[in-house]
Amino acid sequence: MNLQDFSMMRHELILTAAAVLVLIAEIFWNPAKKRSISLFSIILFSIVTIIGFLPMPRGFLFGGMYISADLTILIKNILNVGVLIVLIQSVTWLNKDENTEKISEYFILILSTLIGMDFMISSGHFLMFYIGLELATIPIAALAAFERYKNRSAEAGIKLILISALSSGVLLYGLSMIYGSTGTLYFNEIRNYISGSNLQILAFIFFFSGMAFKISIVPFHLWTADVYEGAPVNITSFLSVISKGAALFIFIVILFSVFPVIIRTWQKVIYITSILTMTIGNLFAIRQQNLKRFLAFSSISQAGYILLGIIGGNRLGMASVIYYIIVYIFSNLGAFGVVAAISNATGKENINDYNGLYRTNPMLSLIMTLALFSLAGIPPVAGFFGKFFLFTAAAEKQFYLLVLIAVLNTIISLYYYLLVVKAMFINNNENPIAKFRSDFPTRFGLIICVAGIFITGFASIIFEFIKKLSFGV
Amino acid sequence: MDILTMFIVIPVLTITGIVLVKDIRHVRLVSAIGMGMQLILAAVLVIWYLSLRHAGNTDEMLFMRDIVWFKSLNIHYAVGADGISVAMIALTSLVVFAGVFASWEVDFLTKEFFISLILLATGVFGFFISIDLFTMFLFYELAVIPMYLLIGIWGSGPKEYSAMKLTLMLMGASALLLVGILGIYFNSAADGNTLTFNILEIKDYVIPIQAQRVFFPLTFVGFGVLGALFPFHTWSPDGHSSAPTAVSMLHAGVLMKLGGYGAFRVAIYLMPEAAKELSWFFIILTTISVVYGAFGAIVQKDLKYINAYSSVSHCGLVLFAILMMNQTAMNGAIIQMISHGLMTALFFALIGMVYGRTHTRLINEMGGLMKVIPFLSVCYVIAGLASLGLPGLSGFVAEMTIFVGAFQHPDLFHRIVTIVAVSSIVITAVYILRVIAILLLGPTNNPHYENFNDARWFEKVSTITLIGSVAAIGLAPFWLSSMIGASMQPIIDKILSVNPF
Repeated sequence: MNLQDFSMMRHELILTAAAVLVLIAEIFWNPAKKRSISLFSIILFSIVTIIGFLPMPRGFLFGGMYISADLTILIKNILNVGVLIVLIQSVTWLNKDENTEKISEYFILILSTLIGMDFMISSGHFLMFYIGLELATIPIAALAAFERYKNRSAEAGIKLILISALSSGVLLYGLSMIYGSTGTLYFNEIRNYISGSNLQILAFIFFFSGMAFKISIVPFHLWTADVYEGAPVNITSFLSVISKGAALFIFIVILFSVFPVIIRTWQKVIYITSILTMTIGNLFAIRQQNLKRFLAFSSISQAGYILLGIIGGNRLGMASVIYYIIVYIFSNLGAFGVVAAISNATGKENINDYNGLYRTNPMLSLIMTLALFSLAGIPPVAGFFGKFFLFTAAAEKQFYLLVLIAVLNTIISLYYYLLVVKAMFINNNENPIAKFRSDFPTRFGLIICVAGIFITGFASIIFEFIKKLSFGV
Repeated sequence: MDILTMFIVIPVLTITGIVLVKDIRHVRLVSAIGMGMQLILAAVLVIWYLSLRHAGNTDEMLFMRDIVWFKSLNIHYAVGADGISVAMIALTSLVVFAGVFASWEVDFLTKEFFISLILLATGVFGFFISIDLFTMFLFYELAVIPMYLLIGIWGSGPKEYSAMKLTLMLMGASALLLVGILGIYFNSAADGNTLTFNILEIKDYVIPIQAQRVFFPLTFVGFGVLGALFPFHTWSPDGHSSAPTAVSMLHAGVLMKLGGYGAFRVAIYLMPEAAKELSWFFIILTTISVVYGAFGAIVQKDLKYINAYSSVSHCGLVLFAILMMNQTAMNGAIIQMISHGLMTALFFALIGMVYGRTHTRLINEMGGLMKVIPFLSVCYVIAGLASLGLPGLSGFVAEMTIFVGAFQHPDLFHRIVTIVAVSSIVITAVYILRVIAILLLGPTNNPHYENFNDARWFEKVSTITLIGSVAAIGLAPFWLSSMIGASMQPIIDKILSVNPF
């Protein structure tokens, strides 16, 4: 192993270095100026993000356990950008008095979960995949319980850790069956031994269920709303966007590269679960009053749409899923950014509280509207293109009925997104949320999201680039 | 930059201008200038188009422009216009221009109102110039969404309910449409050839009949909902009656035409075999629309509801004529779209102006308006007469052509539905004349009305623009019908090539 090999793991290594640096900084930082650690960490992470975009070698490490390819580098960079936005959006919240003690913990935990995701994304072996997955999950549970003096936050942390443990158990059980029937855990070796025997189908179902917990696919979604509601807003946005994006990516890669032989089986499974996920996510979202719960259910239904890109097992499908992850990062972080800004300023999180918001805070309302329209798939914002490509991918493999169900579901989703728009623009309110000016980081984070929402859609080069790197079954 | 793209660029620039100015008066001024330029541009387009045709240019589409957008899916930004799109663009410019003046007195969130209105117009223009199904669909959705805010914020009555109903029904229609478009796309070329969204390329290929049977109904209903196809017309009365004046004008006048235009440009043009097979079913539905809409209008008491049901009837006639699939009837369909677009916009503008004075839209509470506001009342009579098909105005030309075309079919079914549909002319006369009698004639039953001012300058701009156009089509229909007829030829050829009558 030489330096060249190490540089293949550059993303993970510099992230580790950054996490250690924050840890050291915490020790020597002047306690009176604790707040400036956020600035230090964000600058550090911006550097990490920029370094990620520099050219780097591709190849295998540890005998194929670790893979560095164009696609993995791309998705790591996408996640880096997403995390950067989350970090910028968190500054206001971290500056609150009750949180200043733990600022560096926040950054260290976020960075370590990102390291876990990067390892998971790059894995070429189920052991590496599992280690990455656990490393990605456990710090999030700590983060969900970040406001531990609040019952709900502590509850969210416990729920998340228990559910992760359960799902990991299920997943591992599946992996053990795969090992039992194929004698290996290397992705590229397993695919040669998958024949579709009953044991392997069972193993696949366990693997699928384990992943379904992480991506919150119905019927494994029950933890989502509670955890999203209880956790601090920024952690919720991290969970719903970054964690989900990473898990979806490795999920589709494993489906396409490890289980191509049993494609008929997983198409059936995905067919049913995607319909359930979209419909149940949407129907439950209609009734929500708390915006975090609302966005939690909306993110469940979004996962249902994303499954449409997976089901075809085609190259267009993989491209559209990765593209949608980008779109989803910007849109959802935009929506959560507004929720966080208002929650930080006023502590209000209910849809009713937003009545008449446009009169007092027009910019925030417009950004929220754009983000929600993007989630609903309304042109000219990026969500329209993302959804269109997902549906095109499913239609390419003749899943027209599924596409019809999905599009009708987007109409349901449009209904509840419009309810929020209606609250902000149409409903009258005696005491709307007072006019306030968000601080610089909040505004900066939102501007990135809005720019992303517009550019990702119109700039076809992004989609074409992803399409070039993607592969099908 | 080509002239057709200008139709999108000017509204976008206008919106930018509105965002930048502060004062309400400047907002109105910028909108009026922008849409005035759009109108001039439309006039230039019509003249340019006619002169190109006169010079012997026989391409199916003129002013073509093709830019690759998403290469791997073969999605292009492709625009082009034939006589039909040119006519629709001219109609849209007229109605939007009149709409800006009809909403001169909007004083609540004025800036946002004009931005949404012009955004809506952008979607409509984009739709009519597109020859790529993807961009067409994009512009269709772009046109629908501002409606929600326009009705929800500036509407009247049960506006939130109507806005939501309208938006969800039209987006539901776009759901069917999306599946239809994807189906067309994946059947748009023989195996191994590059798939395409381009209408002009797809029409040279015969989509397999099994696929047509699935995707024709989806596409036709998808567009049909926007054209108020029975039983999916219910958004229209609620939406129109709750919408502010300019939005009703634009919606009934232009947006509903997207349905008719799309139905023949996409559904029938690309899938004529299935259209022929299934037309009987949709003809029955449209006949119901035509007659039911007219009967519905009779029993209404609210001016806007009357006009909304009348729109259901007239737009039903458009779809009815399109489904007849012969040259005469389809020519009539296009003329009817334009004629109805202008006169219904005129109607809604006048209703808005009357409402602005009387503060009621119930006809029983008003009377004798002819004495107090003669200008508006005469305009109303003209609009009414155009609507019931008086010779010399546009409605007559359109309906005449449609029914003559429909009656050309020798079989019993087509004859019967034609006769049923013709009855709508009589019913139309009933509700139009009834409204004129109650509303305009007779004694002025409210002393308060004596103080009314007749039309102000911006109201006159709005109405005269529209009346002039209605009369122009009625008196000299041939330049319009020849422009349309020539462009209709490739579509008729395609229909005839696959199933000769």
